[in-house]
Amino acid sequence: MLKRALAIITLLIIGYWLAQGLAGVPFGEDRMLVGQYYLDHVKEQTGAVNAVTAVVVNYRGFDTLGEVTVLFIASTGVGALLWRRKKERTAKTEGSIVLTTGTRLLVPFVMLFGAYIFIHGHLTPGGGFPGGATIATAFLLLYMAFIVYEIPHKAFEKVEGAVGMTYVIVGLIGLAIGGYFLYDWIWQDWQWGAENIGRLFSGGFIPVIYTIIGLKVGTELSGIIDNMVKEEVSE
Amino acid sequence: MNCITCIEYIIVGIMIISAILAVEWRDLLAAAVGMAAVSLFASLLFFMLQAPDVAMTEAAIGAALSAAIFIFAIKRTQRFETEEEEKPGWWVRW
Repeated sequence: MLKRALAIITLLIIGYWLAQGLAGVPFGEDRMLVGQYYLDHVKEQTGAVNAVTAVVVNYRGFDTLGEVTVLFIASTGVGALLWRRKKERTAKTEGSIVLTTGTRLLVPFVMLFGAYIFIHGHLTPGGGFPGGATIATAFLLLYMAFIVYEIPHKAFEKVEGAVGMTYVIVGLIGLAIGGYFLYDWIWQDWQWGAENIGRLFSGGFIPVIYTIIGLKVGTELSGIIDNMVKEEVSE
Repeated sequence: MNCITCIEYIIVGIMIISAILAVEWRDLLAAAVGMAAVSLFASLLFFMLQAPDVAMTEAAIGAALSAAIFIFAIKRTQRFETEEEEKPGWWVRW
């Protein structure tokens, strides 16, 4: 009880301190310095309608590359921690008939919606990370409904590595053409889709990058799920 | 106080309650559900603060995938916390 009381008192002190700090922040006031620049120039500079994805992929593309790297390291770490010579699924009960039939019906829709999210990242909310997570949810559904289901490992690992490499290669092509890493050569030099901003075939390389990120996140999270589900079996 | 602010206060209140319950419950499966509820209400709050991108990511990662991964981890370890607080002796509790 003493420990708990001490913890609560410490937390209250820290919370009060943070609230004091936050009281000086002008919430709701028009104090945007760089934000107004993004909002004013996002269409002509990137061709995207969604300012968030333009910032994430175009203006601050290096951060996104770092996030993808973090996710890759997490996936690799889970794989390394749970590595066993022989792993199999040990679930004994199949999902109920309602669950299996519903999964059969639902999985294509979930995957289609995930692909929709990451392809339309420059037009609608979303982008690569929610799209990839939605696709991984479809694989999670398959794992939970069927006792024998396994993702095709060879194909998944190859796709994961290939799309990760493609992201860096797209950035390096920008380095070769425009002079800095992740330079948007499709938009800046080719002017591809410049006359139909707001439609699917626009947005410079944002749809390309987001398709890459969506595939990468989807395969990686599916791999993490696969590692978590399977257990060691004695030979 | 208009209606939107009212709903936001309710969501923040439910979030705080779910967070407290998530650390209080000794059944770890229930705690995972509490954590997923925090994610869900955080996602609703992001949506109400007009950040749909963040709301979608939070819903997809926090409410679906991380809860599932927690449940898989619980399935392979143990479901209940050990009841050390009921044992006698202060050296056990600390």
